[in-house]
Amino acid sequence: MLIKQLSVFLEDRSGRLTELTRILAENDVNITALSVAETADYGIVRMVVGRPELAKKVLEKAGFSIGLTDVVCVNMPDKPGSLYRILEILTDEKINIDYMYAFSKNAVALAVIRAADVAQVIEVLQQHRLQLLSQSDIYQL
Amino acid sequence: MIWNSGRECADRQQMQELQSRELTAMIRRMQENVPFYRDKFREEGIEPGDIRSVEQLKQLPFTTKADLRDNYPFGLFTVPQTDVVRIHASSGTTGKPTVVGYTQTDIALWAEVVARSLTMAGIHSGDTIQIAYGYGPFTGGLGLHYGAEKVGATVIPISTGNTKKQLQFMTDFKATILACTPSYAAHLGESILKEGISPADIKLRTGVFGAEPWTGEMRTEIEKLLNIKAYDIYGLSEVIGPGVSMECECQCGNHVFEDHFIPEIIDPDTLEVLPDGVLGELVFTTVTKEAMPLLRYRTRDLTRLHHGKCDCGRTLVRMEKCLGRTDDMLIIRGVNVFPSQVESVLMEMAETTPHYQLIIRRENNLDTMEIRVEINEENWSDSIRELEGIRRRIDHNIKSLLGIGAIIKLVEPNSIERSEGKAKRIIDERHR
Repeated sequence: MLIKQLSVFLEDRSGRLTELTRILAENDVNITALSVAETADYGIVRMVVGRPELAKKVLEKAGFSIGLTDVVCVNMPDKPGSLYRILEILTDEKINIDYMYAFSKNAVALAVIRAADVAQVIEVLQQHRLQLLSQSDIYQL
Repeated sequence: MIWNSGRECADRQQMQELQSRELTAMIRRMQENVPFYRDKFREEGIEPGDIRSVEQLKQLPFTTKADLRDNYPFGLFTVPQTDVVRIHASSGTTGKPTVVGYTQTDIALWAEVVARSLTMAGIHSGDTIQIAYGYGPFTGGLGLHYGAEKVGATVIPISTGNTKKQLQFMTDFKATILACTPSYAAHLGESILKEGISPADIKLRTGVFGAEPWTGEMRTEIEKLLNIKAYDIYGLSEVIGPGVSMECECQCGNHVFEDHFIPEIIDPDTLEVLPDGVLGELVFTTVTKEAMPLLRYRTRDLTRLHHGKCDCGRTLVRMEKCLGRTDDMLIIRGVNVFPSQVESVLMEMAETTPHYQLIIRRENNLDTMEIRVEINEENWSDSIRELEGIRRRIDHNIKSLLGIGAIIKLVEPNSIERSEGKAKRIIDERHR
């Protein structure tokens, strides 16, 4: 249930994100989820992609700094209270979320969650019978 | 062991008598043979015959790098070409190279001071020394070479580059001493790790590193990487090359071979001689050089001098590790800043690399310093909180070291331009 998220350190320079996505497009890497966290000087792009190892290799070759980070992808119903339920569980277990990003459409809502101990997050959410995505749900064959 | 205890442990009075004798003779040679110095003495109203003591050195005119350039290539030679047996040249970053000539006696003197240097670092005839300084017009390779042969060590004259061959020779020939620039030593150390060579196959004990400024933090790093004790050798081709001064086992500054190269520290603005312990520009008078002696040559290196007997037994004056060059020194809001100080802060942090750039601007009549630092490719966090923590720590450490704040910008690995020679570390936009 661990998903490998690609993290990219980007300087605040125009065209850098375009360059990144161009390389992924050329290598037929599908992006499932993406978020950009920005400061005044730099940004961190976090993405869940279909071929993380390949993406890491081709991006590093092009001079990007890539980290692979373990995250959890939770699948929940697209209705009020879904995210609250998950966060309440994590709070009860005293789990701190480092960051998350989420989107919902057509009855499905997905949240990518990063915490210091991802394995613990998985264990807790599974105990509560929440549906987590596995690598095979995302990774391209 | 001390190679030449008569000279290296002489008392101050003996040393001054010797220096005075040599200075008098050098001034005479200059007056007779070098139009440049003859004119200079006349212009400044100096009667060369009146110079009898080293105490009078401070009355004499300086020689600068520009003088060397103006007299390119052989204008400052005091001997006819028949007596010159070798020419070295250092490639200047701009314009003409700096040319230095040597007579047979100069080459022997050079071997002597390098032999003293190596002995100071505990190197002896049983050692095998891998000389990975460049051989050629650059003084590093050949300078170390003759001194190493003089102490009777086995010399591997491998020169610089070709890292794979360096490692093969180092292991197969059981080199005990490595001589090269500190940055190349660090590179060799990293390569040993990368190649997976067993530490048991590396017999290195001591490193003799110089030709570029390096910080104490860099020394610690190299010593750890190569499992050796690292010594600083100082020199510049204008004076002779490596072997102008050297660290002893006490590592409390470099002993200057002042029986040949008389050092002074001056205020670079007023040109007044400064006392022991005060930071200023290092100046050398090469009293015994035959082919191209220099009078009060301004090195542009900034350091301090300390007289007094060292625990190693030597009485030779010590100079501190050079903080940088006057050319490199920045004055930011009235505070002197050297790139080496910024480097020492960055070297202490695992999350950044020593690749950095300083950008100085003037905004609303106030100087600002931006430090662009590359994050470490192998060791960075994707959490903004941690990255900001790194930024704040650099900011804090810079402020506590320099006393002024800086704008810290984290940048991508390999985004700061690399150069083969001197790194372009400073962009000063104030004078545009």
